[in-house]
Amino acid sequence: MDWLQQLLNGISLGSIYALIALGYTMVYGIVKLINFAHGDVFMLGAFIGFYGLTALHLGFIPSILLAMAITSIIGVLIERVAYRRLRNSPRIAALTTAIGVSLFIEYTTIYIRGPQPEAYPDLFGNDKLHILGATIRADALIILLISIVLMLLLQWIVHYTKIGKAMRAVSYDAEAARLMGISVDRTISWTFALGSALAGAAGVIFGLYYTKIEPLMGLIPGLKAFIAAVLGGIGSIPGAMIGGLVLGLVETWVSALGFSLVRDAVAFVILILILLFMPQGLFGKNVREKV
Amino acid sequence: MLSLESIDVFYGKIHALKEVSLIVDEGEIVTLIGANGAGKTSLLRTISGLVRAKNGVIRFRGEDITRRRAEEIVAMGISHVPEGRRIFANLTVKENLEMGAFLRKEKAGVQEDLERVFALFPRLKERLRQAAGTLSGGEQQMLAIGRALMARPKLLLLDEPSMGLAPVLVQTIFSIIREINEQKTTILLIEQNAHMALSVAHRAYVIETGRIVLSGTSEELRQSEKVRAAYLGG
Repeated sequence: MDWLQQLLNGISLGSIYALIALGYTMVYGIVKLINFAHGDVFMLGAFIGFYGLTALHLGFIPSILLAMAITSIIGVLIERVAYRRLRNSPRIAALTTAIGVSLFIEYTTIYIRGPQPEAYPDLFGNDKLHILGATIRADALIILLISIVLMLLLQWIVHYTKIGKAMRAVSYDAEAARLMGISVDRTISWTFALGSALAGAAGVIFGLYYTKIEPLMGLIPGLKAFIAAVLGGIGSIPGAMIGGLVLGLVETWVSALGFSLVRDAVAFVILILILLFMPQGLFGKNVREKV
Repeated sequence: MLSLESIDVFYGKIHALKEVSLIVDEGEIVTLIGANGAGKTSLLRTISGLVRAKNGVIRFRGEDITRRRAEEIVAMGISHVPEGRRIFANLTVKENLEMGAFLRKEKAGVQEDLERVFALFPRLKERLRQAAGTLSGGEQQMLAIGRALMARPKLLLLDEPSMGLAPVLVQTIFSIIREINEQKTTILLIEQNAHMALSVAHRAYVIETGRIVLSGTSEELRQSEKVRAAYLGG
């Protein structure tokens, strides 16, 4: 067993989960909603990237940027059209709506382009790198590099820009934020834009690595990323990154050890264990009591 | 500067404010005293746009702000230090102060106000990079007031600044309130600690179950039998 390749596979898969999980956790942190349409935004990103590469003949990086730009707009629209008016409704109403939006995106995609899968163009051939006596796929390294850059960029936005600080302020106390003159609506739109852009990028990366994309591809990675977000502590940005990596590594090792049939089940077992024994997750904050 | 004309506020069927009228003139400290649940906090929340009045008019410097959004009201020059301080515990002290200046574009003015806040609260300067949640109660109150001042308000609304603080700190906070007022900021102050409130305020209103029942200069209210019996402990 090629341990370095397995490790890298795990990290690559994990960083895809992490990128999707960030959107779940940021949106949850600010509007307390599990946006179940998020996996479908990831799928749309994969398709936009695919059309960018094939129909528009764009390069790899321009295709990712195009996917991120369009998915961020879609994310903002989803919030504006479907969730905003439900902000003060019972949570179950918003959750049901999220599932509705998810189905709407999936089946609209099928209606427009049909259910058939597509094969991503092979951009990096079968390039292999030899490091420390191990052989690894070049694209795994590229995925890792892009994920790291995006996560660093997100950290920078959240901690050093005005909008990032506003996002943290609103997620802690939206009403106090309004008293500062911060527009809660606009801040929430930004959160959806950022989270969706990351999911869009993850979609392109996923297509590149696993080559096959199809309109229902968002379902399982979406759920896995949700588990990653819960594992890391929903609402916590570092938590989503670590949760994604842990989940990716665990799944890869389970497969590598010959139990690939139960690979998906393992993720859900992790979810159940976390919910039973550590519902706040690895980096979760204790629920703040209102005085 | 600020005037309320027969304001009515409802929470569902509960009539929280009943035909409340009051006036705050430029340069004044006005205090509103009353028991828990009398409607003091509701009144401030209505002024700052967090709660909508059902009837009545609120005017600020001549302009009707009754239906304005909270974000617009801040921009017009009213800053609200809410009950329980409500600082952003997950942000650093510096970031909290920056959030206070969220709407301002002129960097020089913001820097000037930052210096002013440090002059009023030297403790905050020592703790700039610390997460605000790690501050003591008194420091959090200082931060909440400092954060509000960063918007360079013309009118400052203070909701129970002495709540939960040790007596020494209450003294400090009140002397700072006086200092802020001397720097030409008008203040509307809510307090349960009527003693302290009447000692700094120029004028006062007494609110009972959502209705203003008494008003006058602080001196007059301190002499009033009713106020002495109900709020000053005989």
